[in-house]
Amino acid sequence: MKIEDIKEAKELVLPNRNPGIALDLSWLTHQRVNRTATERRINDLAGRRTVKKQWQAAWLLRALTCIDLTTLDGGDTSTNVTRLCAKARFPLRADLVAALGMSSHSVASVCVYPSLVEIACSSLDGSGIPVASVAAGFPDGLTKLDHRLGEVVEAKTSGAAEIDIVIGRHWVLSADWYGLYQEVQAFRQAAGHTKLKVILGTGNLGNLTNVSKASLVAMMAGADFIKTSTGKEAINATLPVSLVMLRAIRHYYEQTGFPVGFKAAGGIRRAKDALMYLMLVHEELGKDWLSKKYFRIGASGLLIDLSRQLEHCITGRYSSDRRHPMG
Amino acid sequence: MTDIEKIFDEMGYGPALEDASSAHDWLCQHDNAFGHWIADKWTPPCRDFKSINPADGSVLAELSQGTKDDIDSAIRAAGSALSGWQSLSGYQRGQYLYAIARQIQKNSRLFAVLETIDNGKPIRETRDIDVPLAARHFYHHAGWAPLVEQELSDSQPVGVVGQIIPWNFPLLMLAWKVAPALAAGNTVVLKPAEYTSLTALLFAELSHQCGLPKGVLNIVTGDGVTGRLLVEHRAIDKLAFTGSTEVGREIRKATAGSGKALTLELGGKSPFIVFSDADMDSAIEGVVDGIWFNQGEVCCAGSRLLVQESVAAEFESSIKRRMETLRVGSPLDKAIDMGALVDPIQLRRIQRYVEIGKIEGGICWQSKASLPNEGCFFPPTLFTGVYPSHTLAREEVFGPVLVLMTFRTHEEAISLANNSRYGLAASIWSENINLALDVASQLKAGVVWINSTNQFDAGSGFGGYRESGFGREGGIEGLWAYRRAREDLLPDEGLAPHLSEKIHYPKGSETLDRTRKMYIGGKQVRPDGGYSRAVVGHSGELLGEVGEGNRKDIRNSVEAAKAAGGWSKIGAHGRAQVLYFLAENLEARSEEFAMCLANTTGVSGKQEVQSSVKRLFSYASWCDKFEGIVHQAPAGQIVIALPEPIGVFGIICPEESPLLAMVSLLSPVIAMGNTAVLVPSEVCPLVATEFYQVLATSDVPAGVVNIITGSKSILAPVLAEHDDVDAIWCAEHAEIGQVIENLSTGNLKQTWITQGSRNWADSKIGEGREFLRRATQVKNLWVPYGE
Repeated sequence: MKIEDIKEAKELVLPNRNPGIALDLSWLTHQRVNRTATERRINDLAGRRTVKKQWQAAWLLRALTCIDLTTLDGGDTSTNVTRLCAKARFPLRADLVAALGMSSHSVASVCVYPSLVEIACSSLDGSGIPVASVAAGFPDGLTKLDHRLGEVVEAKTSGAAEIDIVIGRHWVLSADWYGLYQEVQAFRQAAGHTKLKVILGTGNLGNLTNVSKASLVAMMAGADFIKTSTGKEAINATLPVSLVMLRAIRHYYEQTGFPVGFKAAGGIRRAKDALMYLMLVHEELGKDWLSKKYFRIGASGLLIDLSRQLEHCITGRYSSDRRHPMG
Repeated sequence: MTDIEKIFDEMGYGPALEDASSAHDWLCQHDNAFGHWIADKWTPPCRDFKSINPADGSVLAELSQGTKDDIDSAIRAAGSALSGWQSLSGYQRGQYLYAIARQIQKNSRLFAVLETIDNGKPIRETRDIDVPLAARHFYHHAGWAPLVEQELSDSQPVGVVGQIIPWNFPLLMLAWKVAPALAAGNTVVLKPAEYTSLTALLFAELSHQCGLPKGVLNIVTGDGVTGRLLVEHRAIDKLAFTGSTEVGREIRKATAGSGKALTLELGGKSPFIVFSDADMDSAIEGVVDGIWFNQGEVCCAGSRLLVQESVAAEFESSIKRRMETLRVGSPLDKAIDMGALVDPIQLRRIQRYVEIGKIEGGICWQSKASLPNEGCFFPPTLFTGVYPSHTLAREEVFGPVLVLMTFRTHEEAISLANNSRYGLAASIWSENINLALDVASQLKAGVVWINSTNQFDAGSGFGGYRESGFGREGGIEGLWAYRRAREDLLPDEGLAPHLSEKIHYPKGSETLDRTRKMYIGGKQVRPDGGYSRAVVGHSGELLGEVGEGNRKDIRNSVEAAKAAGGWSKIGAHGRAQVLYFLAENLEARSEEFAMCLANTTGVSGKQEVQSSVKRLFSYASWCDKFEGIVHQAPAGQIVIALPEPIGVFGIICPEESPLLAMVSLLSPVIAMGNTAVLVPSEVCPLVATEFYQVLATSDVPAGVVNIITGSKSILAPVLAEHDDVDAIWCAEHAEIGQVIENLSTGNLKQTWITQGSRNWADSKIGEGREFLRRATQVKNLWVPYGE
């Protein structure tokens, strides 16, 4: 579909998913990102927005519901994966939930390696919490394409409802946008009805302009979410990189009418950091994007810090990690 | 549904108010009433006027209106403190400034809150920008205090300095004024703006805690009437003013001919230029920083948005979208973008401008942001359909009102940007460094930010071109404004030749009659008026005639000088070649010039011609050696202070040393790339009319130097009034100087009036860096880098 056709089509019905559009190279050539100005916006924002008191509690809870609770470690076994799943069902101590006067909320998903998808699925049976699987030669994306596509299909068959694939960063570094577009399209096709999150590995992409272009191409190829990092790069999610990706999502939405989700992953451990991400999304895309439908944080340790801060909101005292169940 | 659940569903921002009780406690300690701070103590409060919180109209304190007696005693205190302050070592002065910097930091939140309730600006800005920058300014200048003695060794403190600051950055402007003044060894009487005196009064108290010696800093509150008393006071050696161009003009008039040094930091209508290859999203945030910072009450606000036509429609809709996410609210709220305007008077002024904008055909777009029900609030406002011929494109609104205009090419962007009487700041957005630097070099602005805006640092100079004022604040550029040349000028020592009362006409003629003409645009032209004046020798014999210049000759020569602007672009080496050549050709004719001088003065002119040749050689040498500075900027930035030519100079030569003085004044001016209209000595104009023959044979491009002979008291005022003359140097007696300064207010041209005579032959007095500094203006160019 061309952009013009889509603009007409969206008047009729807003699709649930981004179907993607034809690769538009001319759009990419106009994309320019100035790093220092981008960083300035981020530094500035930290002083311009804050949430206090019950607003802080509500925002912390919102962050909690957007977590893809993740373990992606070489030492993962059923022991820690099932423990994580239990934490996903009960992310917050019951007394805290009661004190906040909230109905119970869970995290957005549990995210694991493909071989642990089945264990995670059975642990979460009946909870309604989806299992997400990384796939496609995670974390570097440098295995053969048919192997990577096979991984996606297997993850789906094992019960994963969401799949986080990595792109081959070489497409970006050699500016082969058509290659990238085709690859993501192939994953989209392999994923079928499963939600597709496309990891850009922004720490490998060299500069912010590349991040912006890769974001656009991933969306053109039909990504449901674009995601910053695998958590394995030297530099993972950062606010400036996220700002660039969020702006790309907004441009794509303005041009096509298709909303695409954003996932920040890697290194987000503090409640304060999570709130910055929420505020950034709020500022750039608006509050409609602030739900697990369009916003995720890939994290594990963050959940405990959110719990501590929520307890502080309730009691006014600073809490300790050991008072919150580990995942 | 609980509160939290409701917020969880709606995901809005709640109030996040800063606690203001510490500031109110401090005001209470003073019974919410203040006198002046003079000689290290408070005068009894007079409760003449109120300081009001513009966000809710509440009275914060009652203040005293400074009277003539108050100003007298403050200036007396500053005067008595002067010798003690100057007898301290630079290191000792630096210790006080360092203590002040530390104290500002230790009390940073109190300052921030007090500033916010007094001024209405968001706590984010006072906390993150105003107060840290004020502390930084004192740190920076604490370091200058000991360094001044080495680095500015040819100069001395000016003396007692009067300072008048505006209400938009009360504490920061105090820091900008007080820190360099004290570091340079001066004492101060400062008048804060009547809307926003409180942080200055807190600062006074803090200076006492730092043990600042009695009388070094005095603060007198009050409105413009008090300001005028300070401006007109005889015992003030220098005035530094930041505020409106209108008041700046009045101050220039009031101080004309007084010999007081003056620096003015005035208004602006700064362009914000977005090229089609810019990072558009970042440029949008730049617009937010540019015009909605401090409610737009910023002298260097990027209030004229110039967008390349090919991206204008998209950019306009992006701004409108962005405007909807700006939050306007209580200044104490930590999650807002814009607070309250300073006063209902300012609110009405802005409303009036918006009405004019609409009447003239502009299309007004305002964000739907909810405004508080009471207090001085105004929404972010964008005008489209505005053109240079509209009021809103020309006049400083000093509020959150942005006008958008489009351009087609970068030349057009430059023309539009420079189509203003102001020249304070400019912002350029492009990812093409060739384009950005090309435009930066051509903008008439004292500060140029590339891909950024509203960046400040104590180490970099800030100040305007054109009617945005003169003088710089910050860095070494700013320090010069608080120093003066060490050598006092001589009273008239009879250096000037005397006119003979009677003219002896020659009997018979051995040579052909000569006609000396004016020199305009590289051509010898007859005086427009058709009159000549006689030139007589020391014993009364007629030496010849020169043209009697009139206003039309000045008009023509200014036009020629303006048209010769390309002189600044030929490069320093090229200009040096021309000046060396001038020296060479003058030397070749030294006998002739010596004779010409001897005929007038009665003494041999050989020495003077020789000195003149040397002086030309000296400034030829300076052409490619008077350089700018690369400042120690905040990390990730290159800040370059570029000395640029000012433009068209008027030069009124003195009577003493007719050739050498003329050469000494002219050569630094043209060496730095300016062009000149020169009025030579009245007694000995023949050296000038001979000199144009040297000019004509030395590859000096037409129009770079223009010479108009005649009466200085007739010609100087015409130059002073001419809006295309950018600067005037006058080394003539005080009465002409006063006339010039009085008339210079039209375009606020820079003036340098020397009182008394110079011994031009002394190269320490007759040439050097001071001449070069005054022949240039500094443009600070901010270039951030990072990929």
